[in-house]
Amino acid sequence: MAVQVLIPTPLQKFTNDEASVDLEAASVDELLQAMEGRFPGILSRLCDESGKLRRFLNVYVNSEDIRFLNHQATALADGDEVSIVPAVAGG
Amino acid sequence: MRLDSWRTGSSPGRRQGLNQYPIPRLGYFHSHHLSLLASTYRCASSVTAILSRSTFIGLRCKECGHPYEAGARHVCEDVCFGPLEVVYDYDAIRSRVSRATIEAGPTSIWRYREFLPIEGDPIDVGTGFTPLLRANRLARRLGLKELYIKNDGVNMPTLSFKDRVVSVALTRARELGFTTVSCASTGNLANSTAAIAAHAGLECCVFIPSDLELGKVLGTLVYNPTLMAVKGNYDQVNRLCSEVANTYGWGFVNINLRPYYSEGSKTLGYEVIEQLGWRLPDHIVAPLASGSLFTKIRKGFDEFIKVGLVEEKAVRFSGAQAEGCSPIAQAFAEGRDFITPVKPHTIAKSIAIGNPADGPYAIDIANRTGGNIAAVSDAEIIEGIKLLAETEGVFTETAGGTTIAVLKKLVEQGKIDPSESTVAYITGNGLKTTEAIASSIGEPFVIEAQLASFNSAWERAQSLQRATWETVG
Repeated sequence: MAVQVLIPTPLQKFTNDEASVDLEAASVDELLQAMEGRFPGILSRLCDESGKLRRFLNVYVNSEDIRFLNHQATALADGDEVSIVPAVAGG
Repeated sequence: MRLDSWRTGSSPGRRQGLNQYPIPRLGYFHSHHLSLLASTYRCASSVTAILSRSTFIGLRCKECGHPYEAGARHVCEDVCFGPLEVVYDYDAIRSRVSRATIEAGPTSIWRYREFLPIEGDPIDVGTGFTPLLRANRLARRLGLKELYIKNDGVNMPTLSFKDRVVSVALTRARELGFTTVSCASTGNLANSTAAIAAHAGLECCVFIPSDLELGKVLGTLVYNPTLMAVKGNYDQVNRLCSEVANTYGWGFVNINLRPYYSEGSKTLGYEVIEQLGWRLPDHIVAPLASGSLFTKIRKGFDEFIKVGLVEEKAVRFSGAQAEGCSPIAQAFAEGRDFITPVKPHTIAKSIAIGNPADGPYAIDIANRTGGNIAAVSDAEIIEGIKLLAETEGVFTETAGGTTIAVLKKLVEQGKIDPSESTVAYITGNGLKTTEAIASSIGEPFVIEAQLASFNSAWERAQSLQRATWETVG
């Protein structure tokens, strides 16, 4: 499945300053592995030692928070847009 | 929504020639560098002349402690993505500040400027130092002995506590070289950012959910920013803004300026201490949206204790949410220290954040201080607004109604002791959310301009009032 991933500024040092990258993956977990394959070192920023996404990072598939979907097991389809967004405050 | 494309199209977000962290400031902060840094910036030179007025040193990750320079950044990008926090030189603060110096300062948040992360002159629009009201009638109604209302519904210039955070954020934005400022907002923040940007002559583009109350939309548009009403809830607006912040290089008060922005809320802690006659209360109740305000009131109390301005004492922290958006209250009730995001559905739109970034910290504070986090229904929120208005003459918006309703609930449940000195934080003004109560507050008696017409209407009014009292019992 070809998906587009939107990379937040702090991680663009891994992606040669690219704000968006295209990768093949059938789930969010697979996508994380695919990102590590293409951009070595990025996984340890995204996930803690147990492989869980860091709690201050939000991941959205087509604008939906994966916590409302199937978390890291959320399936991805061709053309999906995945965005990685650090948590922010406000109101 | 109107879009002045010429404004955003022609205006570079930042001054040319400035890199992402334009001012070399003080480099990376390490604790062992503190004394070196302190002596460096006490040396006179054209740069350090400004720096010598500031008491903050840099940023640090709240989770892992990793240090960063004091630029426009908000997450721990080198390690764990935790939120960044401002680091101060408390020895320097202690040497400069006393109760007397504060009391001699301006009647705004800037009387506490040594505790705020700015270097030069502040943007002072009279923000802060709002009334702390001894609320005897509400206290009697609830069965409390010593209750105070901290009324930020009359904060300046836009009638909510957000003026505090925005005054700090925009001062810092200007120092960092931003010429366009922005925010993702549930309404109050948009009002405040647009107003203070107008005063400071900064370009402004703000983002709100498209279903906001009319008063909050008009109260932004009047300052002539570019206003984007996004079809979605606040969390979706925020996600979009994170992506805009990534690409446009603007100063987003609640995103890349967040470490500075959030510090403004500490002044709600300082002012209560000063207004109580330099003492801490026993218990505070505040609304929880992202959880930031709650944690910063705590930080404000802690800092005044640390520099010796107030005697240390235990203060219980209780938080208020609306049932229709209560991810923090739910986690607290279930004994969790992590937040499961929710999709908001409540009239309390100003606090409808389904994915609250500082939720885990708010839970931690409530637990550590022996406080509580509770949620109330929309009907209770409306009753809370009416109760505060009828007993104290303070007209608050839905967030304040939530706080009063939770205050009432906690007293009824025995979770606030009647003898505790308690402060309820009212964070916004009711005139901005009149829709919320329009159908719940009765209507005027329409009469002819004749005494007879008045007489009969007065008769009706009296019997209606008797009926109300009978139901109240």
